[in-house]
Amino acid sequence: MQRKITIKALTLVFLLISFVSYASEDTQKGDLKTEIKAYIQHHLEDSYDFSLTSYTNDQGEKVYWGFPLPVILWDNGLKVFSSSKFHHGKTVAEVDGNFYKVYHTKIYKTDAEGTINYDAEKHPTNAKPLDFSITKNVVVIFLVGLLMFLLFRGLASSYSKNNGIAKGAGRIFEPIILYIRDDIAIPNIGEKKYRKYMPYLLTVFFFVWFINMLGLTPLGVNVTNSISVTVALALITFLITNFTGTKDYWKHIFDPLGDTMPWYAKIPLYIILIPIEVLGIFIKPFSLLIRLYANIKAGHIVMMSLIGLMFIFKSWLGSPLSFGLAFAISLIELLVALLQAYIFTMLSALYFGFAAEEHDHHEEAHAH
Amino acid sequence: MEKLLGEFSIGLFFWQTVLFLALLFLLRKFAWKPILNAVNDREEGIKNALDSAEQAKREMENLQADNQKLLKEARAEREEMLKEAREIKNKMIDDAKEEAREEAGKLIAQAQASIQTEKKAAIAELKSQVANLSIEIAEKVVREELSNKDKQVKLVESMLGEATLN
Repeated sequence: MQRKITIKALTLVFLLISFVSYASEDTQKGDLKTEIKAYIQHHLEDSYDFSLTSYTNDQGEKVYWGFPLPVILWDNGLKVFSSSKFHHGKTVAEVDGNFYKVYHTKIYKTDAEGTINYDAEKHPTNAKPLDFSITKNVVVIFLVGLLMFLLFRGLASSYSKNNGIAKGAGRIFEPIILYIRDDIAIPNIGEKKYRKYMPYLLTVFFFVWFINMLGLTPLGVNVTNSISVTVALALITFLITNFTGTKDYWKHIFDPLGDTMPWYAKIPLYIILIPIEVLGIFIKPFSLLIRLYANIKAGHIVMMSLIGLMFIFKSWLGSPLSFGLAFAISLIELLVALLQAYIFTMLSALYFGFAAEEHDHHEEAHAH
Repeated sequence: MEKLLGEFSIGLFFWQTVLFLALLFLLRKFAWKPILNAVNDREEGIKNALDSAEQAKREMENLQADNQKLLKEARAEREEMLKEAREIKNKMIDDAKEEAREEAGKLIAQAQASIQTEKKAAIAELKSQVANLSIEIAEKVVREELSNKDKQVKLVESMLGEATLN
């Protein structure tokens, strides 16, 4: 009962935050369309401080709700300082005699005035220190990791406590775990080898799902639309696939035709085939990272644009219409959040299945 | 592509990789292994329970079949016994009847034999009495007749002639 009330209270807080965060747009002066565009752009980007929302007060100053995060730079030595020094990108931070400025969510080394030099294509030419800052996305990744750890640790311990029967909040996820085992891992990888891959598949599924879902809350977090995150995930899939690849997997790449024809006949074919197969090794994880990134990013852009439309129309017809559309899209996004997690897991399992597969060539030869 | 590369942040990539791998190893040790083991154990337990239930059912069926067989055997044995008893009864009755008949036959034969002897004795007695009576009568007749000589001779002659008839 207590828990239910807490959840309800939390939901209410989220709703209020969303109200505040979107309603604040209305008080902005200037070109609303540009404002909204900038807001969406800002929403899609990572930031150096954890601000849930911002608004402009009576004095025309922008006030942020949130807290600063540590900035960690490697620039001839480790530099750690609070992101509050940037004042949300408005000022130059001075650390140990070096000056840094945030420009388009990247930190550049500048002079004391914060001048940024551009090249012909309007790209900054200032030096970029190696940036290992704990950004908003890093905090969210950490929080989701913590949540997952507590949730599934709780589920795991509830089994031993309750004689093999799940209890508590984690219980909801038991059917999903079983689904991943029975309908994703076993059919794609096979009964014999799936166990080895289960921890990764489960972790990546729940991680992507949870973080996508969190992106749909009005907290303004947005992790899976960062290419860096999807690259990291796809890279792990890539490494697992190729490090667990069996002899058959590599044989399939470098000798796809096998003993079906003499070696001199294979040479002209292999000049074309082998590069394609090798390219395939890299294309598979690349498609994973682009798919996740693009889907989530597009979803966020569409949803935020529709929400923005409400403030542009400001009419009795247009605003409810765009509200309805935004609502419908957000329902679809709920599905997309799950679907993308499913697809990522499913395809990873498929690639692992290729890597782990071991056919009996003699038997196959007989079958032909 | 250039925009994608521009968006790529090595810091976020680094933290994502580190945090995700840490999460992967922690969850593998503390969550996924125990969860999957528990689920497997439970599934195996269910399977075993179903198997043993099936076995119990089969045993029950066997037992019932045995019972049925025993019952059938018992019934057959009873039938057999009843049949035997009936046969013995019939035989006994038959034997008794036979014996009775024999006894009766014997009795009748004895009775007939004694009747026969009695009859013979009676006939013999009757004969002797008839002979005595005849002799007496003959004596009387002879006494009267013998008073006359002729008549005596005639009588002897007629009597002799008669005597050959008997």
